Amino acid sequence: MKILVCLKQTFDTEAKITLSNGKIDRKGVSMIVNPYDEYAVEEALKIVEKDGGQVTVVSVGDQQAQDALRQALAMGANDAVLVDVGDKELDEYSTATILAKAISGMEYDLVLGGFRAIDDGSAQVSGRVAEILNIPVVNVVTKLEVADGKATATREIEGGNEVLEVSLPAIITAQKGLNEPRYPSMKGIMKAKKKPLAKKTLADLGLDDSQVAPKVKAISFSLPEARQAGKIIPGEAAEAAAELAKLLREEAKVI
Amino acid sequence: MAKGIWVFAEQLEGQIKKVSFELLSEGRKVADTLGEELCAVLAGKDVAGLAASLGEYGADKVYVVDNAALENYTTDGYTNVIADLIKQYEPSALLLGCTVTGRDLAAQVAQRLQTGLMTDCIGMEAVDGQLVFTRPLYAGKVILKASCPEARPAMATIRPNTFPVVSNAKAAEVVTVDANVGEIRQVVKEVIRVASERPELTEADIIVSGGRGMKGPENFKILEELADVVGAAVGASRAAVDAGWIAQSFQVGQTGKTVSPVMYVACGISGAIQHLAGMSSAKCIVAVNKDEEANIFKVADYGVVGDLFDVVPVLKDEIKKVIA
Ligand SMILES: Cc1cc2nc3c(=O)[nH]c(=O)nc-3n(C[C@H](O)[C@H](O)[C@H](O)COP(=O)(O)OP(=O)(O)OC[C@H]3O[C@@H](n4cnc5c(N)ncnc54)[C@H](O)[C@@H]3O)c2cc1C
Ligand SMILES: Nc1ncnc2c1ncn2[C@@H]1O[C@H](COP(=O)(O)O)[C@@H](O)[C@H]1O
Repeated sequence: MKILVCLKQTFDTEAKITLSNGKIDRKGVSMIVNPYDEYAVEEALKIVEKDGGQVTVVSVGDQQAQDALRQALAMGANDAVLVDVGDKELDEYSTATILAKAISGMEYDLVLGGFRAIDDGSAQVSGRVAEILNIPVVNVVTKLEVADGKATATREIEGGNEVLEVSLPAIITAQKGLNEPRYPSMKGIMKAKKKPLAKKTLADLGLDDSQVAPKVKAISFSLPEARQAGKIIPGEAAEAAAELAKLLREEAKVI
Repeated sequence: MAKGIWVFAEQLEGQIKKVSFELLSEGRKVADTLGEELCAVLAGKDVAGLAASLGEYGADKVYVVDNAALENYTTDGYTNVIADLIKQYEPSALLLGCTVTGRDLAAQVAQRLQTGLMTDCIGMEAVDGQLVFTRPLYAGKVILKASCPEARPAMATIRPNTFPVVSNAKAAEVVTVDANVGEIRQVVKEVIRVASERPELTEADIIVSGGRGMKGPENFKILEELADVVGAAVGASRAAVDAGWIAQSFQVGQTGKTVSPVMYVACGISGAIQHLAGMSSAKCIVAVNKDEEANIFKVADYGVVGDLFDVVPVLKDEIKKVIA
């Protein structure tokens, strides 16, 4: 089984965001592997540990994204591919076009990704890649079984779950709950340094600028107004609760 | 020429989702500004009877695709049908609710039509003949305004509870369309719905949430009792979910659900940045926490410093009294 994992490097969840020249300032921000993509890597590793195979992680990003790929290699992935796009402006359409092009030149039985990137992500890249590659997608998956050329996936839906079956190759996107990602071991980290990490440019993939031009145009970035702290209601529990109920009804008018 | 603002009318088991009415209500305004028609598209099995209700919120026209193969939502079935309709009628925009289904469908349709999609939007306006959408990025730490200037339709998914529902009765013209569902590669083996009297977390007007301060699964009962008095949904922090006290589907935050209720009541939740990411667009935030230094008080409109086990049960009784 050959499994590809699409992995995005994202801002740390604690990162403070600042703007410079009307754009998001990336300088000095600590970066992490998109948490949902860690579930995807873990799932891929579990599958090959059971059934044998290879795990390749693929990322579209800048030089720094190598760190994220190395982390996946340290967890146990076999090799990695970075499509280095520098600081080119991309939207989900562009990213999906690039990823799909990179993937279409590789062998694969299964593609795993996160269902959403937590930064500027929007839960659409994986679905778009599936559409370009003309393979089925199953999103927000919390349980996965792969056997006999098929994937059986449990996905979260509103008010419950559903179990879907698709023939491979397919794209499956991970939701929290799928597994508990392992931490890279010291040995894993050492080994990862020597694992193959291929770097490609858009030209290597045969893509020119017009093919990856974004469809969505950013007009402005701004920082939201901070929420103001409100009233602390004084008094003992019972007294405060009574006052709160009254305020919610009469002042806030929310009940 | 591309014409018409379209709203995907999401339905589940014969009920249109409230977010679809929200989108029609606001869609009416931008359609009028742009001088375009407002249309709903309704797909499913035995759904024709629901078409009239879409007119009540301002739709000029409702396209109905009634097909037994659309009984359950599947990515392929719905994408095939909606994308074909769009190719045929060439609307200038397609709006969907940012729900599990809306998100899934939107990505696929957008790619098939080679167009742009802005997701999880919290605002929409018509500016110089274009729809401009407001999107929170980085868990709400940055706000982006964006448009899809050339490709059509311009697509967006919009967070439930962003727009008010406004009735604006029109006798919508119903157009029944015979669409080809095509091959569906996702085979539905089983659908498990967890019966609940409470509203869906992402759509609820009021949410009562518990965190590590709940101390154990059995104590969520006191939140449920409060929730039921005000018709609220129950939510949780990641700490409560990871402790195994409540299912993952209840988690609010950066790696959980994003919610935008009228009121969010956080009980025994410290207010970590990743939790705030999922609920800071609530209109009114209430916090009950025994630590007066807790971060949640920095964003709460109303706070009670105290033991939730003392405060919440009394709050329930007092709310019962004031709303009686
Ligand atoms: C990548 C990443 C993603 C994350 N995603 C999420 C997410 O989506 N959602 C999320 O919630 N978290 C998320 N977290 C975790 C987050 O950082 C916090 O750890 C978590 O939100 C803490 O949950 P809590 O507030 O319930 O617990 P704590 O921080 O432990 O707070 C418990 C609070 O309860 C109060 N308390 C205790 N007993 C009582 C009592 N009897 N009465 C009243 N108050 C009491 C305490 O004073 C304290 O403030 C994420 C973290 C990371 C690193
Ligand atoms: N630049 C990227 N490189 C590799 N994978 C990506 C990239 N962007 C998105 N993905 C994949 O697509 C998923 C959804 O991302 P998004 O649509 O941006 O929310 C992520 O969890 C990744 O698996």
